Amino acid sequence: MKEKAISIIFTIIGLVAVLFVLLITVYLIIAGIPAIGEIGFINFMFGKVWRSTGVNPEFGILPFILTSIWGTCGALFIGLPLGFFSSVYLAKMAPKRVRDLFVVVIGVISGIPSVVYGLVGMLILVPLIRNVFSLPDGASLFAAIIVLAIMILPTVIKVSLTSLEAVPKEYEEASLALGANETETYFRISVPAAKSGILTGIVLGIGRAIGEAMAVMMVAGNVANMPSLFQSVRFLTTAVAIEMSYSSGLQRQALFSIALVLFVFIMLINAILMALREEKDK
Amino acid sequence: MSSRKLYTYLMNALSFLSILVVALFSLFLVCYVFFKGFSNITFKLISTSPSYLEERIGILPDIVNTIYLVLTTLIIVLPLGVGAAIYLNEYATNKKITKLIGFASETLSGIPSIIYGLAGMLIFCQFLKLRTSLISGSLTLVMMTLPTVIRTTEESLKTVPNSYREGAFALGAGKWRTIRTVVLPASIQGILTGCILSVGRILGESAALLFTMGFAHTLNGYLTALSSSGSTLTVALYVYAKEQGEFGVAFAIAAILMVLTIVLNLITFFLERYFARRYR
Repeated sequence: MKEKAISIIFTIIGLVAVLFVLLITVYLIIAGIPAIGEIGFINFMFGKVWRSTGVNPEFGILPFILTSIWGTCGALFIGLPLGFFSSVYLAKMAPKRVRDLFVVVIGVISGIPSVVYGLVGMLILVPLIRNVFSLPDGASLFAAIIVLAIMILPTVIKVSLTSLEAVPKEYEEASLALGANETETYFRISVPAAKSGILTGIVLGIGRAIGEAMAVMMVAGNVANMPSLFQSVRFLTTAVAIEMSYSSGLQRQALFSIALVLFVFIMLINAILMALREEKDK
Repeated sequence: MSSRKLYTYLMNALSFLSILVVALFSLFLVCYVFFKGFSNITFKLISTSPSYLEERIGILPDIVNTIYLVLTTLIIVLPLGVGAAIYLNEYATNKKITKLIGFASETLSGIPSIIYGLAGMLIFCQFLKLRTSLISGSLTLVMMTLPTVIRTTEESLKTVPNSYREGAFALGAGKWRTIRTVVLPASIQGILTGCILSVGRILGESAALLFTMGFAHTLNGYLTALSSSGSTLTVALYVYAKEQGEFGVAFAIAAILMVLTIVLNLITFFLERYFARRYR
């Protein structure tokens, strides 16, 4: 009897995670739908102007969506090659001590709070970009891309490293025995064998880049422009964060709608992740 | 040069170059923050509350709030996370429920903190009427750290050999007693790792706390603090840097956070090593 009760208690505790997901989803939908209804789906998603506080407010979030997409692509463009080659080096070429040292270093880099990245970006990167490209202000999409690239690095490296190290030794030995040299073996045998793990790392990186708010808010300038590399821009995340504290009425509801759009993006990424995992388990 | 040689040379060069960039960059970041931060850390800064009258900035309330937040969150999330892991690994018989929980916990770990912030604000501050307070912030972080605790605990529950359980059963222990006295102590590593990862996440969190916990810098006792607004170190860093332009204070906090991050990572590393040796 007692055992039965305990088993039920654990089942309930187990379901708490499910409850959390339901709560978050339901609340975001309830809060996010009304403004989309009022503004109109097309106007909201594809409107090019966001002017939430004017006399004739306009709520188009296309600039935010495109900025988030371009920002993430840019971060991948820089972060991915760096992360990929670093993880191959650490998994296959590095001496054990160097590898262990870097595991700690990468742990630290991924644990540094995003506001610290934002702070350093604000004081070093932004002035640097202003001087190098002689702009009136360095706070721009470009600054955000660099900060994001750095922030996704540890994720990409960690996940790729794990899956590269899990490649069976026999594969590599067979390749070496057939006359390929070590570098060829690593890049033509080990990397394809670890493909799904490396892809998982990339998708996780995309998720992190799309969801990052604070660091981006500190370096991107936060003006609701259409994305352009050296202009001040606003991401989906920062659009919510920047106006939330003083918003009211339709503006506030529209912010919840932006969060809902962001949530949909994240759920898509999650779905891809799960599909990748299924494939790996096959 | 043959194309094979060129390929080998190029790939090696790229690999070395990449890791070099990562290494240099990490070194620069850590040194820069330490260099700028430590010179700004004074005893007065870490031992007082800010005061407009005396034109003084102190981060003691933020330190205290951070500690309160870490403790409160851990106290709530540990039973939930460890319990869920125990369910998944020891009790679950229904594949569908297991899969559902796995799906939920993966979804939770992918949600960005700004969305946690909004959801926490809607659920805890407004719906449950807890207002902008430490308890709202803490509950929000419970949602956020739950998947981490579940995952690490479950992983280490899986490594407990079945013979341990069978031995306990054979000696007449019931299922719950077996879990409590045999299985859980053997999987302490996963629980500890979960704790440390959660602490790291809580220390670094800002977006989720801005809307749920606010940014007041008042020094309170624990019970008062639970129901009042307060900023953690990370939130304080943001406010000082972005809204008040106090970069010295911001860097001092950044250096403190950096030290904590490094310490937590070293603990995880050595913990893993220690247990790997013990159970090999």
